[in-house]
Amino acid sequence: MIPEMGHFALIIGLALALLLAIVPAWGAWQRNSHAMALAPRLAIGQLVFVGISFVCLATAFLQDDFSVAVVANNSNSLLPAIYKFSALWGNHEGSLLLWSLILCLWTAAVALFSPQLPLLVLSRVLAVMGAVGVGFLSFSLFTSNPFARLLPSVPADGNDLNPLLQDPGLIIHPPLLYMGYVGFSVAFAFAIAALLGGRLDASWARWSRPWTNVAWAFLTLGIMLGSWWAYYELGWGGWWFWDPVENASFMPWLAGTALIHSLAVTEKRGLFKSWTVLLAIFAFSLSLLGTFLVRSGVLTSVHAFATDPARGMFILVFLAIVVGGSLTLYALRAPAVSSRVSFSWVSRESLLLFNNIVFLVSTLTVLFGTLFPLIVDALGMGKVSVGPPYFNAVFVPLMALLAPLMGFGPVSRWKRDDTQRWKAELMLPGIAAVVCAATLPLLGADYNLWVALAVLLAAWLVFGLLRDIWFRIGGISGFPRKLGRLTPSYWGMVMAHLGFAACIIGVVATSQYSIEHDLKMSPGDTDTVAGYEFRFLEVAQVRGPNFVADESRFEVTRDGEVVANLAPQKRRYLAGGSVMTEAAIDAGLFRDLFVAMGEPIGEEGAWAIRLHYKPMVRWMWLGAIFMAVGGLTTALDKRYRRQRSRAATAAREVQYAS
Amino acid sequence: MHPVRKQRLYLVLFIIVFSSAAIGLVAYAMRGNINLFYPPAEVAQGNAPVGQAIRVGGMVAEGSVQRADDSLEVRFMLTDFEASVPVVYEGILPDLFDEGQGAVASGKLGEDGVLVASEVLAKHDENYMPPEVLEALEQSGYDHKGVKQ
Repeated sequence: MIPEMGHFALIIGLALALLLAIVPAWGAWQRNSHAMALAPRLAIGQLVFVGISFVCLATAFLQDDFSVAVVANNSNSLLPAIYKFSALWGNHEGSLLLWSLILCLWTAAVALFSPQLPLLVLSRVLAVMGAVGVGFLSFSLFTSNPFARLLPSVPADGNDLNPLLQDPGLIIHPPLLYMGYVGFSVAFAFAIAALLGGRLDASWARWSRPWTNVAWAFLTLGIMLGSWWAYYELGWGGWWFWDPVENASFMPWLAGTALIHSLAVTEKRGLFKSWTVLLAIFAFSLSLLGTFLVRSGVLTSVHAFATDPARGMFILVFLAIVVGGSLTLYALRAPAVSSRVSFSWVSRESLLLFNNIVFLVSTLTVLFGTLFPLIVDALGMGKVSVGPPYFNAVFVPLMALLAPLMGFGPVSRWKRDDTQRWKAELMLPGIAAVVCAATLPLLGADYNLWVALAVLLAAWLVFGLLRDIWFRIGGISGFPRKLGRLTPSYWGMVMAHLGFAACIIGVVATSQYSIEHDLKMSPGDTDTVAGYEFRFLEVAQVRGPNFVADESRFEVTRDGEVVANLAPQKRRYLAGGSVMTEAAIDAGLFRDLFVAMGEPIGEEGAWAIRLHYKPMVRWMWLGAIFMAVGGLTTALDKRYRRQRSRAATAAREVQYAS
Repeated sequence: MHPVRKQRLYLVLFIIVFSSAAIGLVAYAMRGNINLFYPPAEVAQGNAPVGQAIRVGGMVAEGSVQRADDSLEVRFMLTDFEASVPVVYEGILPDLFDEGQGAVASGKLGEDGVLVASEVLAKHDENYMPPEVLEALEQSGYDHKGVKQ
């Protein structure tokens, strides 16, 4: 009964999405304020019904209702309750429902938290989001119904959730990632609404900016969690594989990063308007492309669930409509909204333009590398794969090019600046960065040029930011008070840039200084990695809620002192009989010690063992968290609220006029 | 020239130079870093290049997995039931690697016809088969259990 209720609620959700896509848009066209005023209510109604549907499916999972196909295929009565719940999105149908729910959440959030937005703009924005909702809800209902029943032959127990997904990281990774992916639909909707209205001005950028920053922050967190999960759960100790599906989430992030910077120029200076609109369309299209790549099964990947060509076709057509439609609209309307403001070469605008070019080129090179195997295959020229060396060779130099100019960003001025001033301001940070680069890598295993370069770039960013803060508060007098006067959007920028610096250090130090030993070990053996002595004590049998495991116990000592006791496991899950490696990690700010078990070798209880020493690996995830917190902080800026109340009076005027 | 136009011209020139540099970088990176997939039958016919990075995928032949006693070296045969390719790999195999299961090995083919693998990928859940392996089997006309279709 409950699944049928869920199914029915989902159908009502689709009906409301259809109304939301049509009625307010018609109202905006006819200037019918009654039709427009329906938009927020429809958005909330859509959230309520899709929410009911989601709760129904969650109930089916928690109650072990194996008559529902997705539950039978992805859950098991032995599964701990929290994984029964997260199993909901560990499969195609359920993750699509989660996607739709999050889209409804964003739609309702726009409806609720922008009461001051002119009704005309709000109804257009919500209508565009409703149209996107129609696409995803009908995709869910027509090609991948999560409530399909297995009647009359109900299985006695379920097939179990893929053990790889039975992990705390996987409980929150997909929702956060989807919050980011789908969040770009808000930026997209604002862009389309602006094109429809023909008014692209600073207020448009101000409305869409906080939403875009928040979506970007969620996407950052989602990608970071995915990388962290891969690190400890896949058991290889790698943190980024340039896997097509990782790329699918990374491309919208790159385009989104360009977008949030370009929005800054549009808001502050009224420049780059058409470009910003194009980036918003681009970022959301890449989110959709990502969905297509993941869900159509055209790629070999960890994330490819069992697939179905009809689904791939549906998303491809949907993608074509969204991209084709919005680009056509752009072609028709964009020239009408071009700007007539100029700026000099030495200015913040130029630096941000450079940022945009670098991020766009990186997006395109990643896109090319990801799609190249598909293109070659479609042309019948064989099956190729493009590996990490390609992406590293292209991506790393681009980022290295970005960092030097990024240091100038915060201290630079809008419109016109002066290289002499830059020189005076940044001489000290530059010298400090060079000193750091010359000395800090000595703390590592040996002096490494790549690490020195990374320290140089990161220190340049950090000292540049410090110099800028110093400059803004004007010295030590009245220091805490003046510090408080800096705006949240400024602090957000500072944090995000510091996070980027931490990422540079983390990525380069880990890649350069990691030590990995794969070897055969028997209980009693020891091996020394980077001064840490790993002693293999014993192998024991342990039992978990739904698995049995061989657990090997290690004692790690350094200079005779015990640093950590690590116990990696080799698990065999009872329901499916699949085998899984559970790595054991001793985490630290400056180094991680990582032990994973391979397979048993020979007769005497020896195992293939993987021992890793990973310096500073946490820094890139900490950096990503900093970026995300920065993105969220900018949205707190008072000016987004203050300006809205000013816009409210204007909105009322518009309403009365029409 | 009008200053705004001049600025635009410089901008366009900059974008052209920058994107050509990027395209050059892409082309350079592409040259060495793409690897082609070969089914075992084609490797056996000698169609695969020796000493270049390639990928070979098929089923791990029953009874073919041999582990060394004193190191992590593993030898196995990848088969599409028409022909088999011997593979040698040193390291830790993925969890779901097993005899009678699909796997893809990437590495370089030696003069002796043995693929020296630097990476072995297996399927990652019960119902999933790497698409390349499926296609290789389709070409050879056998199903994944080695029964002629």
